[in-house]
Amino acid sequence: MNYIWYFLIVISIIFGAINGRLNEVANAVFSGTELAVKIVLTLLGIMTFWLGIMKIAEKSGIVEILSKILKPAAKLIFPEIPKDSPIIGDVAMNFSANALGLANAATPMGIKAMEGMQKINIDKESASNSMCTLLAMNTAGFQLIPASVIAILAAAGAENPTEIIFPVLIVTSFSFICAIIISKIFQKIFPPQKPSEVNYDN
Amino acid sequence: MIIKEIVNLISLWALPLIILFILTFAIIRKIPVYEAFIEGAKDGIKVSFNIIPYLVAIIVAVSMLRASGAIEALSGIMSGLLVKIRFPSDILPLAIVRSLSGSAALGVFSDIVSNNDINSYTSKLAAVMMGSSETTFYVLTVYFGAVGIKKYRYALLTGLFADFIGIVMSVIVAGFFFG
Repeated sequence: MNYIWYFLIVISIIFGAINGRLNEVANAVFSGTELAVKIVLTLLGIMTFWLGIMKIAEKSGIVEILSKILKPAAKLIFPEIPKDSPIIGDVAMNFSANALGLANAATPMGIKAMEGMQKINIDKESASNSMCTLLAMNTAGFQLIPASVIAILAAAGAENPTEIIFPVLIVTSFSFICAIIISKIFQKIFPPQKPSEVNYDN
Repeated sequence: MIIKEIVNLISLWALPLIILFILTFAIIRKIPVYEAFIEGAKDGIKVSFNIIPYLVAIIVAVSMLRASGAIEALSGIMSGLLVKIRFPSDILPLAIVRSLSGSAALGVFSDIVSNNDINSYTSKLAAVMMGSSETTFYVLTVYFGAVGIKKYRYALLTGLFADFIGIVMSVIVAGFFFG
């Protein structure tokens, strides 16, 4: 991430200079920070609401029930997570919300799962294998209904905006499965995590 | 159109039904729902503030990149190559930007739809690509930021690989259905 972040900025400045857009690039620093804060503010409300709802789901045992149902699949995809852990239930809820196109609900649920994974993580600063797999599942963007795209197509006057549902389903299912497989392959190639020296009480 | 009605029905009911189900299930099990909500919701503040440094870092970098014109330059270089494999060059900026920024991707998508016939192959391919995309950089930033992970190991590489597969698959599948 260090190099990628560095290169994003260096490339921006070099291309800004070549294209005579250095002024725009400089302004982007401030508009970028503003945008980041705006996103966080939106996120703050969503996060607060859904983490509240998720606490209810957790206390009532729904998350646990989901975990039990999905135990066989979970063992395969997340072997590091102890069985019957509520983390699996959180992952399942994150996945379902994503599939239904409820991005706002999916993010807090995914973060809840991340918090669970962080508790059993051996190095609190680096991503565990389970975390990488969860992120792979989320970046592949599995969706039953791409609602926002359908809305744009409909607004632009497409004859049949819902015809993209099936193609999108095929694409996202395929990349979803690929993402998990790729994640598992990289897991073997990349050096394993080392336990951190610092002792966190989390 | 029956599919359209089902889609509308799901979009309309998914959220209210989930909330209704979770709350009702909890009430039946005699959970103090209001107190539990407040207890959980408190975490939302902490988590959101944890994300700020991560989000500022990545969004500033992506904003700078967009402002610099580097994405257009990259599209220009690659488009000559892509014409050969029947990849409409209009789509290229979308393919590049979709992993970096959701709002930028939405902007590019709207541009493509308004510059091309809405019922053309290009528009439909753009729609499939847009519908199957997730902003990898944003997802990583928010998820890792929330729990304080600084070393992403292979997560970004996995995400970008998956994005690439998504792009290739979009072209293949859209070509099959609409080409």
